[in-house]
This record gives sequence, structure tokens and C-alpha cells, in this order.
Amino acid sequence: MYVAVKGGERAIDNAHAWLAEERRGDTAVAELSVPQIREQLALAVNRVMAEGSLYDPDLAALAIKQARGDLIEAIFLIRAYRTTLPRLGSSRPVETARMAVIRRVSATFKDLPGGQILGPTFDYTHRLLDFKLAAEGAVAPAATAPASAEPVPHMTAFLNREGMIEDEPGGDTVPPDLTRAPLELPADRPLRLQAITRGDEGFILSMAYSTQRGYGRTHAFVGELRIGLVAVEMDIPELGFAVEIGEIELTECETVNQFKGSKTVAPQFTRGYGLVFGQTERKAIAMSLVDRALRWAELGEEFIGAPAQDEEFVLVHADNVQATGFLEHIKLPHYVDFQAELELVRRLRAEVPAVQEAAE
Amino acid sequence: MTEQAYNFAYLDEQTKQMIRRAVLKGIAVPGYQVPFASREMPMPYGWGTGGVQVTAACLTPDDTLKVIDQGADDTTNAVSIRKFFQRTAGVAVTEATADASIIQTRHRIPEAALGEGQILVYQVPIPEPLRFLEPRETETRRMHELEEYGLMHVKLYEDIARHGTIATAYAYPVKVEGRYVMDPSPIPKFDNPKLSGSPAIQLFGAGREQRIYALPPYTQVVSLDFDDHPFVPSKAPHDCDLCGAADSYLDEVITDDQGGRMFVCSDTDFCRTRAGAGHLGALAVPLAAPLTAAPPPHPSPTRGEGGAYPDLPVPGASPPPRGEGPGVGGRRLTSEETVE
Repeated sequence: MYVAVKGGERAIDNAHAWLAEERRGDTAVAELSVPQIREQLALAVNRVMAEGSLYDPDLAALAIKQARGDLIEAIFLIRAYRTTLPRLGSSRPVETARMAVIRRVSATFKDLPGGQILGPTFDYTHRLLDFKLAAEGAVAPAATAPASAEPVPHMTAFLNREGMIEDEPGGDTVPPDLTRAPLELPADRPLRLQAITRGDEGFILSMAYSTQRGYGRTHAFVGELRIGLVAVEMDIPELGFAVEIGEIELTECETVNQFKGSKTVAPQFTRGYGLVFGQTERKAIAMSLVDRALRWAELGEEFIGAPAQDEEFVLVHADNVQATGFLEHIKLPHYVDFQAELELVRRLRAEVPAVQEAAE
Repeated sequence: MTEQAYNFAYLDEQTKQMIRRAVLKGIAVPGYQVPFASREMPMPYGWGTGGVQVTAACLTPDDTLKVIDQGADDTTNAVSIRKFFQRTAGVAVTEATADASIIQTRHRIPEAALGEGQILVYQVPIPEPLRFLEPRETETRRMHELEEYGLMHVKLYEDIARHGTIATAYAYPVKVEGRYVMDPSPIPKFDNPKLSGSPAIQLFGAGREQRIYALPPYTQVVSLDFDDHPFVPSKAPHDCDLCGAADSYLDEVITDDQGGRMFVCSDTDFCRTRAGAGHLGALAVPLAAPLTAAPPPHPSPTRGEGGAYPDLPVPGASPPPRGEGPGVGGRRLTSEETVE
């Protein structure tokens, strides 16, 4: 006899309780604290902030803890929290030219004003497992130097003086907001950049990589990559001037790309741009390559059908919270539709002579 | 943040206002997909975020909510969404179709006819009926603008040429008031006739795809077909083994590994109501039959149900639920018992 399956609610509650237990793991091992995650898994925290579109290292660390280290799940937690926050206003555009840099490298010049600053990078480490870390040893303090008061201007500003690179003048246009208005295509560049900066790191990386391998090649040089703190300022109407409300860490990448010129424009270099929360340079570089690839139309280049050139393809599929939700929803019950398919296939099969014979 | 820190029905009022505008626009232009600024919800995209946002925007404290998935009130995702609104809106919930003022559904239209004043909210995964013919949104929007639906008819024709019949069993495309071709969400095509002329308001929410569309009451909805290949709603050629209904959509339940199976109504409330009224199917336990001490063998659990039956009372240990036909063994719980 058939008994309808009941107990969905109890099953859900029990699953949650089990999950909480699994998250904690072996209680003989000390529990991770949120500050530990924030301080020692900082790059994971940065990725969660960047793709969660919310700059809050403590909340991002909490999300990572809650998500058992599943960063897309943590990003989802941050997004769902972020969407409930009231919007008090918007800041002034941050001045990355006045960034207090911890790292700043240019691949296009041997040296430049402001200098090359390697900073805390994995770049020249040999990827050998450091077994000393397993023993939780103390770290010797790194050498320090006094902070330089010298300004660190953007490299592209030098090229610009010669007209060697396209001008990118500032404007007063209020950029669209992806989180408050539906994504409608075609998208302008600010909207594309918003979508890419919160897009999945893996997806953006692969898209960028595909341009390097010939699918929409844009010949990118890293003109400059900088990481550091910038001040966030907000105009306070009651005061009549802007007030610094905090500092955020950003990674900015500007690529310099070839451009052959057109009938009206002399050959000059063009730009790709990446700006991401936190120390996230893989993402920022990838972002600038994808940005540049998507600019083919405005620069009068040819559309060769490369995925990274295809605005709709890139923007609609870059969001990992959307992607993972839709991908995983296929594990929900679909038996009503499957039943309809079952009936259809049975009916179709009944009309095929070979199947009829086999049945006889 | 505590639960109290969230607004009624979770979304803030500005967001609800934005969604209501989209809903009103959708009602004004039946079948047209209205873009809306879908929010991240605390459940994943693809799991009903569009429907949840539409429901949240429509809910008032006086509403009575019913949530079904696959026609059933007790599937895990239906339970989860219902619980979400109980927590965030504190509204009354029900499993009885007739008692609900708002019904959120995934993949089914309830069997019982809906009435004026009721709202049926569909969860929609892919709102664009032309999507699998043309992947680009920019293109499909233009096709709708120009009412250029030839591609869809070619697809249906090719089905007939290849299979002798239109090989679409669910999410069967419809035309609304002679204008927009619309995806009715992945309901089995058996449900398509219920879309047309319904006294209820039908709202469709696609969260990930950021679209809302609607059918106002008494809208004419026609399933696409050809004169010589008319649309046929189809279902398993059986009666419900629990309540005997011959006209309801059936789930096929595998009962053993010897090919044994039975067919039961997918609409659990419909089935329970009929059984309560004394209608019995071929495999139902007759009214007078005493409950035996030995528990019956269970079929394989529905996917996602956790495989446990913790809510099942020990046979004979509890009184039959109010108004329930013991035809289902006294095992189906009332809404009050199912939903804590």
C-alpha cells in the first residue's frame, strides 16, 4: 500500500542540525574564530567581498565560516544580507591615483614615477609546500621602510600626455546600478564593469584567458597594477562638503592594448580596466582583459564571434550566485514534468514498429 | 540581525513597490515579460525566488497562503517557502486550495477551480518561450515586439514531421489574447486549459531572469497547435489509486523493483478532499478497515524528502485526523499538524 511521503519539514530541520554539526567538525580541534578567518584567510575574505558586492571583512569572514569554506555559498550569504540593507546615499568616486599603495607594478616600463613596489605577492615564491607552517611557527617580522609621501600617479597619465592612449575623461553621468535595476542589453561600459567586478572569478579568468589564446585577442599589456587603500568620501548635504567615511582596499588594473586606428582616429593605445575590492589581482587583471574584449563595438573592431566579445553571453553568465542556484535547482523534485515526458516517450515508442514487435 | 529586523514579508517596501509596478504592468499587458530589478533572496536562484518576490509583494497580513511544489504541499521546497513566509510575514497558511487567497506554485495548477479574489503565483525558471530556439535575449525581445513567432511554429511543425506529434509535454507554449506567446512555466500541458478564462489572477515570477508576467482574470489563453494537429492535454491513462479521480493529473509511484507501480493524484489537497468525501481508489484502504499493527511497506521516498518518515503516526496510535478520510490510512496530516 502506498503512503504519501510526509515529513519534509522534519527532514529539513534535521538536515540543518546535521549540517551545523558537520560545520563544526571534530570538537577536539579548536574552533575557528571569525577574526582568524579575517586575518589568515584574507584572500578568501577579499573574494567574498568582491563577488558579494559588500565591503565588510568581518561579515565576509563570518560567511566563510558559516559556509564551511564554500566561497560561492559565502558570497550568496553576503548578497542575501546586502540586499536587505537600506541605501543611505552614494560616495564620491574613489581617487585611485591617491591610493596608499602596498603594491604597484607596471609591465610596460622598467621604472616610472612612484616606482615599482612588489608588495606582499606570491609572484616570485617557489611553490614548495612549507612544512614549517604545519607546526604553527612564529613568523619573523618583515623589513620595513618609511612610507613614501611621493605621489604615485597612474602610468596611463604619462602616455596620455602624448596622446598615445585613448582619453577617458570623467563625467557627471550617474552610472546605472545593476543591483537596483534589471540588466538590460545592450549595456554601457559602467554597467558591464559592475557585472564583471562581481562576476565569478573563475568565469572571468577563463574568459580573459580565452582572449589571450586567440578568441578575441586584444594584445594586452599590464600598464599598471596597484593595490592599496583609498579613502571613501561622501558629500553631506547638511555640511556642504565631503567627509571621509572610511577606507577600503582595492586592486586596480589598467591594461594597454593595441589599436590600429580607424578612418577618423589615429592609431593609439586603448584601455581595459579592472577594479575589485580587496587584494584580488587575478580577478582585476582578468576583468581588464574582458572589459577590453567587450569594447570591440565602440572601437570599431570586428566581431569574430569570440565568447569574450559577446556582451550578452558574458554578462548573463558571469554571476555565480545565479549560476549555482539554477544549476543546483535541478536536484529539486521534477517528477510532474518527468511524468509528462514519460507518457510522451511511451506514446512515441508505441508507434515505432520495432518496439511493438519486441513487446510481442 | 534578528528576524524582527526584517520588514513584513522580508522585502523592504521600496522593493515591493517596484515589484508591484512590474506586476501591474504585466496585468495591463497580458503575457508580456516585464523586466524587474530582482533581489537576492535568502534562497537560491532557481528555487522560486521570482515567485517568492511576487508573493512577498502581494501578501497582506490578512492573506492565507498555500504553497505547492509538484502539486503537493509537503514537498521540501514548498515546506521551505511556506516556512519562510510564516517566519517573515506571520500569515495564515493552509493546504486547502479553496481557503487560500494566494497560492504559490511550482510546476502545477491546482485541480480545484480557482475563484475570483485568488492569486496564483507561478515560479518560473526560464520565462522566455523562444529561448531554446534563440538564445539571445536581445533577439527574442525583438521577436516579441514584431510578433514574429514563425520560428515557434516551425519547431512545432518539425516535431510533427519527426514524431507525428508535438513532442512538448510540459512548459507548452501558449498565446495570450491573440498577442504574446508565453511560457506557462513548466506545468504539464495537462494544466494548460486551466490557464484560460480563470477567475483568479495569475502572476509569473522569474527571479534569476528578472522578469514578471501576468494573466489578468478571464484572459483568453490558447495552447499553440495546428488545425490538423490540435492540442491535446495528456495524463497517465489511469485513475487515481487513492481517490479514484479519473480527471486529475497523476504521479507514477514505483512500489517495488518488480515493475509494480501505482498512480496517485499529484494535487495532494484535491486527493485528500476526495478521499475525505468517500471516494476511494483501487488501492485505498476502505473506510471500515481497521488499521493493522504492522506498518505497510513504504515506497521509495520522493527525491529530496530525506528518506525519513518521522511525521507518520504509529498506525492505530493516534485518532484519525479531523475531516480526513481514513482511506489514506489516517497518515495524511492536517495542515495544522504538518505546518508547525
